[in-house]
Amino acid sequence: METLTFLAAGFQVALTPTNLALALFGCFAGTIIGSLPGLGPVNGVAILIPLAFSLRLDPTSALIMLSAVYYGAMYGGRISSIMLNIPGDEPAIMTTLDGYPMARKGKAAEALAISGVASFIGATFATVGLTLFAPLLAKAAIYFGPADYFALYVLAFATIGGISGANPIKTLLAACLGLMIGTVGLDPATGTARYTLGSFNLYDGFDPIVAIVGLFAISEVLILFEMHVAGSEPIKRLGRVIPRWSDLKPGFGASLRGSVVGFIAGILPGAGASLGAVMSYSVEKRISNKDDTFGKGDPRGVAAPEAGNNAASGGALIPMLTLGVPGSGTTAVMLAMLVSLNIQPGPLLFQNQPEIVWGLIASLYIANFVLLALNIPMIGIFTRILSLPQWSLMPFVVMVSFLGIYSISHSSFDLLVMVGFGLLGYLLRKLDVSLVPVVLGLLLGADMENNLRRALSISDGSFAILVQSPISIGLYIVTILLLATAAVMSLRDRKRRPAGSEVHTLEE
Amino acid sequence: MKHLLSAAALAALAGFALPGGVTKAEAAECIAPADPGGGWDFTCRTVGRLLTEEGILDAPVQVVNMPGGVGAVAYARVMNSESDNPDLVVATSTVGITQIAQGKYPAGTDAMRWLAMLGADVGVVLVAADSPYNTLDDLFAAMKENVGSVVTSGSTAAGGWDHIRLLMLAQAAGMGPEEFTKIRWVQFDGGTPAVTQMMGGQTQVVVTDLGEIAGFVESGDVKVLAAMSDEPIPAFPDLPTAKSQGYDVTGYNWRGFYTGGKVSDEAYDKWVSNLETLFNSEAWKEAAEANGLIPIWRGGKEFNDYVVEQASQMEAISREIGVIK
Repeated sequence: METLTFLAAGFQVALTPTNLALALFGCFAGTIIGSLPGLGPVNGVAILIPLAFSLRLDPTSALIMLSAVYYGAMYGGRISSIMLNIPGDEPAIMTTLDGYPMARKGKAAEALAISGVASFIGATFATVGLTLFAPLLAKAAIYFGPADYFALYVLAFATIGGISGANPIKTLLAACLGLMIGTVGLDPATGTARYTLGSFNLYDGFDPIVAIVGLFAISEVLILFEMHVAGSEPIKRLGRVIPRWSDLKPGFGASLRGSVVGFIAGILPGAGASLGAVMSYSVEKRISNKDDTFGKGDPRGVAAPEAGNNAASGGALIPMLTLGVPGSGTTAVMLAMLVSLNIQPGPLLFQNQPEIVWGLIASLYIANFVLLALNIPMIGIFTRILSLPQWSLMPFVVMVSFLGIYSISHSSFDLLVMVGFGLLGYLLRKLDVSLVPVVLGLLLGADMENNLRRALSISDGSFAILVQSPISIGLYIVTILLLATAAVMSLRDRKRRPAGSEVHTLEE
Repeated sequence: MKHLLSAAALAALAGFALPGGVTKAEAAECIAPADPGGGWDFTCRTVGRLLTEEGILDAPVQVVNMPGGVGAVAYARVMNSESDNPDLVVATSTVGITQIAQGKYPAGTDAMRWLAMLGADVGVVLVAADSPYNTLDDLFAAMKENVGSVVTSGSTAAGGWDHIRLLMLAQAAGMGPEEFTKIRWVQFDGGTPAVTQMMGGQTQVVVTDLGEIAGFVESGDVKVLAAMSDEPIPAFPDLPTAKSQGYDVTGYNWRGFYTGGKVSDEAYDKWVSNLETLFNSEAWKEAAEANGLIPIWRGGKEFNDYVVEQASQMEAISREIGVIK
């Protein structure tokens, strides 16, 4: 009951005309920023912090505007995933797998609507979870040690083979490539430079967002060039502009499952939205892929990761607010924002400044509804992007990619890296290797290694620590069960389908 | 990049042609050599905001994040193409000096002009609230008896400033370099993750800056064995200093700025006096204390000498404790 009283007070703070207008503006700006390749929630919040200061907003209003931008950008990230096969930010990468095929089939409006509703469900689920259980969950998250994180990443990687493409060997190779790219840079445990060729620019390794924009956006342009020269530009179908209610239905179950999985991943500090999206997608595929429709435009393959990444980013606010530990790159920026408003997140925030916390939580509820209301009518605008001829759209995409990447690091070196990744992406596409596992290897590999190194530092080099905690043992058991069922299922599959009918090998 | 360079060149030219233009420091730029959210980012954004709010500068200060190599990328950039830009300052701290001292930057301290420090964070040695250790003596007695029995951690890699501060204390406790390499050290991505992992029982000791984790000290989740400051910390007067326990070691992490090595004396002096005006304002004291910093001023030549000396000290310490050969 006490919680509800606090929340009501929070709504009182948030529901003033000024604050509502700020929330609306924040949601709109966030959606636009999130939909541009290379620009995500991190940039959105970072770009608008100075604006909040120059408008001399009081802390609560600033917080409301910036959290609206944060949620808006999470929503927006999926738009270019679906429309252009170019993820707007890291967590949106899983949405390309089924979202883009849907758009190719003329179902762009449905995909956008489903992802909008799924985002709403995921974010709302996380906000409710945050309201009810924040302090409790934060206490539990503390007991997740480096060895447990490592086991969690092992589980995530074990499912990658089944994520995309028909050929699991190529998928695993692509993930390995990503892991290898991820080893470049300063070794976090000792500060030793690895594969940096003596260049300071490589000390921090390759930024996943630079890799994503290069692999997806730049390679897309190269492919387009080639098709243009060969005279075989793809035919696009626009389909309907306003989705029907019945089109949305298949996504609901997937959204709920994705929300639960994503929320759990989000609570664990450090794992964050990308892992949430990956896990939600692989869980959903495991449950629902009975007719082998995933990867070919299954609406559930859009709903699950979108609900997952939004639930995860809401969940990530729990360790940030209660412990001061940022759960992801984006919450790190939120943390910076709070600190620059002279609010110190940590164990005492809920006691010392309840009006701030509950004002923020109330503004998250508001942002969710505003985003849903804003996004459904905007679908018509976004689907018209598809009707633009490619030769006029792609130069714009390239320009935005360059601007977006440059705005992150102000380094021309990163632009060269992006082009390099573009060439790599082109090559991989020609070899029919999926790009998603490459990015996942790079994105998750670094954290996986860091936690392995930490675990081994704690145990003084003994690998026994990896299987000493109940949490890690539990996670390994789940991993083994997953791999075993996959093997059994694919064997059954082969018996059912006589050899030669279709090449469909081991799922893992 | 090209545009930025030519803009910078133009600005520099304008500076030479119109001496009056320099002092106005129009459209000043502050490079935070890290991603948004860290200490250097805070330094740039807070100081930049207050410089305008207090009316010291007319135009808002533009903050540019340039992460890479713990500040090495920004250092190289300023050295190579902006060494005479009078409108540019870069945030740095003891962590940057540690990197320079260990040869992890493209050049030594003489490549830049060091402007001022405005405040400092204090290193603290923390254990969990229910830890059996109550003093530094308890901790180091246990470590001397069995060096592997205690898992220590912090926010920097082995050889970074948090690790060095622990080893300086260990040295004062009478441990030797051959034991240093056997101390178990775990790196986390910041002071807060290090503390929460310690609360979860993964590690036993954290050495890091007080500012970021002050909330855990207030809430009583952690116990402070020692604060590495000369005097008790104003905001936390009850925390015992290392000095009061007979360990003659301090471990500050100051926050300050440098500018390019070829910036004119006039522009340099103007920056120093602007920063000093800011330091003396109430607004800075409030902002600093809210973030766990002790306001400390060193500026101009005094600060330049201090940085040069600290770098050579740090190099000697790093060599002594075996971090560099």
